[in-house]
Amino acid sequence: MHKLLSDKIGEEIMLLGNEAIARGAIEAGVAFATTYPGTPSSELSLNLFQISKETDLYFEYSTNEKVAMEVAAAAANSGLRTMCIMKHVGLNVAADPLMTLAYIGVKGGMVILTADDPSMFSSQNEQDNRYYAKLAGLPMLEPSSVSEAKEMTIAAFELSEALQEPVILRTTTRINHSSAFVKTGEIKTRNTKGFFKKDQMSYVTVPAVSRKLHVKLLANLKKAAEMSESSIHNFVVSANSSTCNANKLGIICNGVSYLYASDAVKDLGIEDRTKILRIGFSNPMPANLIKSFAKDCQKILVIEEGEPFMEEAVKAFAQEASIFVPISGKNGEEVAPPCISSSSEQTEGCLLPSEQEPLFSRLYEFDPAMVRRKIASFFGIEDTYTHLKPVDTKGIPDIPQRPPNLCSGCSHRATFYEVKKASQGMDVIFPSDIGCYTLGFLPPLSMGDFVICMGGSVSTSCGFSKATDHKVVSFIGDSTFFHSGITGLVNAVFNNHNFTLVILDNGITAMTGHQPNPGVDMTQMNFEGYKPISIEKLVRAIGVEHITVIKPFKVRKSIEAIKEALAFKGVSVIISQEPCTLFAKSIKILKPRPFHITAKCVDHRDCINQIACPSFYIENGRVKIDADTCVGCAVCAQICPDNAILPLKQ
Amino acid sequence: MDTKRLIIVAVGGQGNLLASKVLGEAALLSGVSVRMSEIHGMAQRGGVVESAIVFGDAQSSIISDGEADMLVGFEPAETLRAMNRCNVNTKVITSLSPVPPFTAAIGRGVYPEIENIVSLIRERTPSLVAFDAMKLAKEAGNPMTLNIVLVGALVQSNVLPLTRETVEEAITLRTKKGFVDMNIKAFNLGFDAAQGVAL
Ligand code: SF4
Ligand code: SF4
Repeated sequence: MHKLLSDKIGEEIMLLGNEAIARGAIEAGVAFATTYPGTPSSELSLNLFQISKETDLYFEYSTNEKVAMEVAAAAANSGLRTMCIMKHVGLNVAADPLMTLAYIGVKGGMVILTADDPSMFSSQNEQDNRYYAKLAGLPMLEPSSVSEAKEMTIAAFELSEALQEPVILRTTTRINHSSAFVKTGEIKTRNTKGFFKKDQMSYVTVPAVSRKLHVKLLANLKKAAEMSESSIHNFVVSANSSTCNANKLGIICNGVSYLYASDAVKDLGIEDRTKILRIGFSNPMPANLIKSFAKDCQKILVIEEGEPFMEEAVKAFAQEASIFVPISGKNGEEVAPPCISSSSEQTEGCLLPSEQEPLFSRLYEFDPAMVRRKIASFFGIEDTYTHLKPVDTKGIPDIPQRPPNLCSGCSHRATFYEVKKASQGMDVIFPSDIGCYTLGFLPPLSMGDFVICMGGSVSTSCGFSKATDHKVVSFIGDSTFFHSGITGLVNAVFNNHNFTLVILDNGITAMTGHQPNPGVDMTQMNFEGYKPISIEKLVRAIGVEHITVIKPFKVRKSIEAIKEALAFKGVSVIISQEPCTLFAKSIKILKPRPFHITAKCVDHRDCINQIACPSFYIENGRVKIDADTCVGCAVCAQICPDNAILPLKQ
Repeated sequence: MDTKRLIIVAVGGQGNLLASKVLGEAALLSGVSVRMSEIHGMAQRGGVVESAIVFGDAQSSIISDGEADMLVGFEPAETLRAMNRCNVNTKVITSLSPVPPFTAAIGRGVYPEIENIVSLIRERTPSLVAFDAMKLAKEAGNPMTLNIVLVGALVQSNVLPLTRETVEEAITLRTKKGFVDMNIKAFNLGFDAAQGVAL
């Protein structure tokens, strides 16, 4: 049985934040879940996928986040408790259905999990998705810890049903990827049979209907605001809460910042002078609660990663309530201080913040020491925390970097090398996309000139090929092609663009931990009931006239085929087919057959300089292959001009 | 109880997530509250994996630079790279078996000499336990037990509020059935080695 299905109540189990949320959903009786995988949310989906194989929970890996949101919207409007899971940028893709789903609302509870990634540990940006709740007019909950994440997931389903609106559950990487002990609760029975009651005046969003629905949404939002005022997720922590609350130092915070602030207040020894308002129900913000919190504070510091979402609201509420205490948060380095202007007239009447220290930044995640320092400086408190001198890092030599790299024997490395060889001497722009293969931009391959978002490689190729005289060759993975590359390719054919698209088809969504996509043969993993789609047939049906399928581990043949495709005027597609090595190893369809470097090696190091497989290393000035990691793709053997690389055992 | 902050640095695939799980389980068995945080986005692609484990009353699950009480490195150059996480009181344990990054192989940077790594760490921190954990892992029966060898050394250091017995129990609970004996052996080898080389 899956560990998250344990029906023991009150058991303490060590869970990753993502597992805690999955457990919360299970306890809430989630019946239907959809996703497109994306770090830091991936383990949440993976657990629900596994659980769906053991229970009547319906789970699917949808083609992209928009599809996932729409599939989920229908289930929720058929009365099922539904969850839709994605990383923060995924919500951009799903924003279109989200905005109008808010008008329609839901019948069964629907929770939309968005996993933000401050500091961009594994993302292309660090956008703050709290604004989506504001934009859509939807309630939003934000947990501060792993165990709270579980409880809040359950609360989110209940809130959604109470308001008949989807609820956004917003996490950050440090919630998704932290672990702690979580107490199990009772698992509600799943209701998996939905019923859709037709009602065109509620569901068909023609203007006449939508005008009414918008009124309903605003009424719901008002109700949500009232609920936010008394929500257990918005609470005040104060040492002596009943007596002598006046003249306190006020802190308003959310998410993990609440943990850092709590530790800091304790470490600074200012618990009796401080009160903390933790906002967990953050859209709509609890206006009255904030006003009454603020009115007897001396000064207020708002601590939140990302944008000044709460800070701006708090300032507006304070203005409404004629509260004039200093309120600050993000006057960090990257924000120009207010009221610095040339004319004295303009500065007149404008209160300069008394503190000159830079406060928080919109950039990157926070950490406990940073929060402690800023609290101390904002409130003018001596930082009495016993500071141990950090070690002196001066004098430590540069240590070679360890950036993530394509695996040993990764088929992408072979394809990149071959495209590079085939296009030698040409002036090429290489747009690329989101996946393991984004790493192809690293030297020595250096393949990848422009990356913005999922599917962007194809459409930006359209633009580059029209706007410049360069040859354009772009890269996209199989999963990303299904996600949002197809529409770009349709555009390219219709508008008669001129570029070569290389589809790196390794038969899995590798980057996020090997999830299925519509091209995957699910029988390899012993899953029945799926119908894989052939990329080649699809591309042909779109009307691409030049299609080449290559097997990238056949180096010479592939280079010849690529040259031909590059010479074609118009849209040409190369499909490079080879299973992801890491995945093939894990499901045991690949048995590594390591190679070694023989005495014939004359040490010109072509292998290292051109493909740099991580299995190579230098020992006593000679190139060697690590037999433990080499999988025997034989690509290095084919490019060695002296045939010095051979299988270890013949 | 006093908060104790532990950072484990490793290279993807060295199993520091399992090591943290074992320590977490041992904390539960000892009634010590614990929170951990991992950055493992690109672990499988050979990057650095860092775990932060906070024992005791603090609520945060991450550790700021200079605030680790204990640093355990599964790879010597990574231990050295993590010096910014240490203060002048931080105890350090490191394996000495190198896993050079591919950047060194392709000539972008030079992998430091092991003796040099050891003296750079020793000059900066009060207590360094450094030994070839890979050798002991192989002796225990599998290179994959490197993580548990280092857990053994960590428990010997006595910085954490965990006893030898509870950690052994946690290993029994948390590692794969067929590997328990091997892991217990690895744990004891690490424990004894740390006793022998501690300063
Ligand atoms: S996981 Fe697969 S696709 Fe990704 S780098 Fe490794 S072999 Fe290549
Ligand atoms: S055969 Fe060569 S390129 Fe392929 S995995 Fe082994 S060392 Fe790397």
